[in-house]
Amino acid sequence: MSTDTLDIQLTAKDFVTDQEVRWCPGCGDYSILKQVQSILPDTGVKKEDIVFISGIGCSSRFPYYMNTYGMHSIHGRATAVASGLKIARPELSVWVITGDGDSLSIGGNHLIHTIRRNFNMNILLFNNEIYGLTKGQYSPTSPEGKVTKSTPMGSLDHPFNPLALCLGADSTFIARAMDRDVKHLRDVLTRANDHVGTSLLEIYQNCNVFNDGAFEIYTDKGSKIEEALFLEEGQPLVFGAENNKGIILNDGYPKVVDLTNDSYSLEDLWVHDSSDRYKAQLLTTFFDNPSLEGHLPRPFGVFYAADRFRYEEALKDQLDLAVEKKGSGDLDALLSGKNTWTVA
Amino acid sequence: MAKVVEEKREVTIVFAGDSGDGIQLTGTQFTNTSALFGNDVSTFPNYPAEIRAPQGTLAGVSGFQLQFGSVEVFTPGDICDVLVAMNAAAFKVNLSRLKKHGTIIVNTDGFNAKNLKLAGYDSSPLEDKSLEDYRTIQIDITKMTQAALVDMGMGKKEVDRSRNMFVLGFLYYMYSRDIAPTEQYIKEKFAKAPTLIEANIKVLRAGYNFGDTSETFTSRYNVKAAQLPKGTYRNIMGNQAAALGLVAASKKSGLNLFYGSYPITPASDILHELSKYKNFGVKTFQAEDEIAAVCSAIGSSFGGELAVTASSGPGIALKGEAIGLAIMLEIPLVVINVQRGGPSTGMPTKTEQADLMQAMYGRNGEAPMPIISANSPSDCFDAVFEACRIAVEHMTPVFFLSDGYMANGSEPWKFPSTDSLPTIKVKQAKERKEDDPTFLPYKRDERLVRDWALPGTKGLEHRIGGIEKEWDTGNISYDPENHQRMVKVRAAKVAKIADSIPLQEIDNGSDNGDVLVLGWGSTYGVIKTAVKECIENGISVSHAQVRYIEPFPKNLGDLLKRFKTVIIPEMNNGQLVKIIRDKFLIDAKGINKIKGIPFSTGEIVTAIEEAVELVKEA
Repeated sequence: MSTDTLDIQLTAKDFVTDQEVRWCPGCGDYSILKQVQSILPDTGVKKEDIVFISGIGCSSRFPYYMNTYGMHSIHGRATAVASGLKIARPELSVWVITGDGDSLSIGGNHLIHTIRRNFNMNILLFNNEIYGLTKGQYSPTSPEGKVTKSTPMGSLDHPFNPLALCLGADSTFIARAMDRDVKHLRDVLTRANDHVGTSLLEIYQNCNVFNDGAFEIYTDKGSKIEEALFLEEGQPLVFGAENNKGIILNDGYPKVVDLTNDSYSLEDLWVHDSSDRYKAQLLTTFFDNPSLEGHLPRPFGVFYAADRFRYEEALKDQLDLAVEKKGSGDLDALLSGKNTWTVA
Repeated sequence: MAKVVEEKREVTIVFAGDSGDGIQLTGTQFTNTSALFGNDVSTFPNYPAEIRAPQGTLAGVSGFQLQFGSVEVFTPGDICDVLVAMNAAAFKVNLSRLKKHGTIIVNTDGFNAKNLKLAGYDSSPLEDKSLEDYRTIQIDITKMTQAALVDMGMGKKEVDRSRNMFVLGFLYYMYSRDIAPTEQYIKEKFAKAPTLIEANIKVLRAGYNFGDTSETFTSRYNVKAAQLPKGTYRNIMGNQAAALGLVAASKKSGLNLFYGSYPITPASDILHELSKYKNFGVKTFQAEDEIAAVCSAIGSSFGGELAVTASSGPGIALKGEAIGLAIMLEIPLVVINVQRGGPSTGMPTKTEQADLMQAMYGRNGEAPMPIISANSPSDCFDAVFEACRIAVEHMTPVFFLSDGYMANGSEPWKFPSTDSLPTIKVKQAKERKEDDPTFLPYKRDERLVRDWALPGTKGLEHRIGGIEKEWDTGNISYDPENHQRMVKVRAAKVAKIADSIPLQEIDNGSDNGDVLVLGWGSTYGVIKTAVKECIENGISVSHAQVRYIEPFPKNLGDLLKRFKTVIIPEMNNGQLVKIIRDKFLIDAKGINKIKGIPFSTGEIVTAIEEAVELVKEA
């Protein structure tokens, strides 16, 4: 993502702080923390050039556990703080750590605006479909009818589809991973970091205290194979036991087909191409309730990656151009202005 | 026929018309020309609430008042010598501002049946006997403008748009002004449209010549150059001065300027102004909302820039939580509030000083923050520069309070040279070597100020945030003793700023006596004028204007106690007066005007006279 290369090779341990990690035992955040710490040495960025910025919520404690620069800001505003930092210091590697309440409820506005400006930063959206720190109210990603402390008769809120929302804001990188598939998570984290622009990585994260098992269907060995669809660049969309199922595009609509009979073969399938915005849009709609008959599997991996100018770079270009055109600012000339008079 | 030239000491003119009549431009041009000529000037633009209210209505009247003089002037004037009214509504709204026997210049075309009806007149006031007390000059400006441009082949709408130049030319003749500066301005403004240059200059000259040839006047007037202190001057508006102050502070601190802002009246002009200075390395960021504006500034400050955010009252309310974060982080941040009438949306285009309590106490928790205000349009430069100095040198967010009156008002400014401005000392933590002691982000120096440790600096990796910090380490702490100690030290840090600010001075009058008028902010000019007038009339009264409100200058309490009575005029319902009473336990009295318009000199004089009476009776 940025800056000078290292003269000494760091290890994951170099990114661990002396602060005791205080998430609940069994929280999915532990795994995400570990995977982030383990991929950073390979990015080649110096520790002092990395900044983690978070909002408020369980996940937002994250910066305290990273031996880099960090700021635990206020609820929903991490992306806004990070935007200012990127404008000030484009060379820094900036990571935003946020949750579903932090980024999609109180901070929804900043999220979409940061995404459209396409600052070169990474946003890790820990989605556990619940408010954990405030002890168990429904969040903007909780499913309809969710019974929580604040919705004893079930939630009346229709949930956000985070990746569709972000793509709607013209995100240049959207991806999904989960806390329990650590190798896949590391791969996607690395790709998010490699992306030049705002990368938005939604991570399904289990809150074992207030919303245990929300994503079990995608993480449990038994169901994962049928329910999770792993996107691989240039490869056909296949899933199921021994990849016995695939997705085809039928008149522009996705359809699950059986590859075990002779009607369809791998050649017929939708081939993943993360540069195709139309297909990425379709992939974000693979968002059915898994309990529904005939539902599509939930995709994981990089949905979409595109190149678009970064705000901070374009701003720097304007600053340079202004100097080129007008010359470096002359304060005395500015203070006097064009029209002066002298009292003798 | 050569006309007699009559000398005037000072003159107040109010230009009034529809908001589309170019009134602000006319007033600004007259001001700049007078300033260039050497007069002292003070202006007061009075905008309508709507950008283009229906034509000819009372709600759509835009006004621009200025006082110019051969002596120092500190206010735009209480009452006017001349009223220029482009239509009946403008006439109706402003007639009460005109002094008896004053001059009215009207565009008769703006008094047709439709205009009269819109202004609520049954018959034309121009034919009314009540106008006998005034000198009325009636000109069909629309017709004269059309006649001047008859060969230009322009549409009626375009022609009518030049009417303001006729008025301007006419007044230039009346007050013996040079039309060259305005001609130059027209050439620059319409550089890409030669036809408009020609048309506007034609109409300007037509107005001037009409004054000369029409026998309207038996005499012209002259207002000699003022004897201002020696030096080179320019004319400047408050928001413009604030923008320049920020650029200067950037230069003198060696820090890039970051300005995070969201459009709001009357603060937006600072954003417009700064966005032009990219060749000074100024980064302006128009954020998605007020909260992002302040948060982006916090991010930029964390990265080591001179970070500023600005708004008006409603926007400041939204920024409150983030300002609290900056207090916890102990990083530099300048927050500008160009105050307007409140509460809620209030009166956006009108002035008020009602956000002092908000600046002082408008955050959750114990959240002390320095506050500095400016006294006049040009003083916005010094005040915002000082806000930047305090923010950077004391690692704290700082409020700078301006208001709509001084933000849009203008006056001559004896601008400083870059060399004469103080250097702002930046104290950044240095790279840490292997054997150096552990870096402590919240370790303080003797002023209780911590180091600014910038990302990218080797060995200083650290985490800060809004949760209570542990002494020295800055780690999270819920320890009861630590919290009390941290709350106390944050307050002591702000209080200690009093060591680095000037002592309070008496602006006029003796340093003890019966009555002290204590003001803050844009009331400076009117209090100064009123106190001067009272002293000249043998009344014992003194004037002091506080710029540093948090912390106060160290000697303020002693100074106040040397007077039997302290009166505090404010454009609010009594805010500084509460703080003064709280801090110094003195029986200060509030003089309050909450009308969205500044005090008049007469109102302050009356308040002084009443206070003097009360002291005598006691």
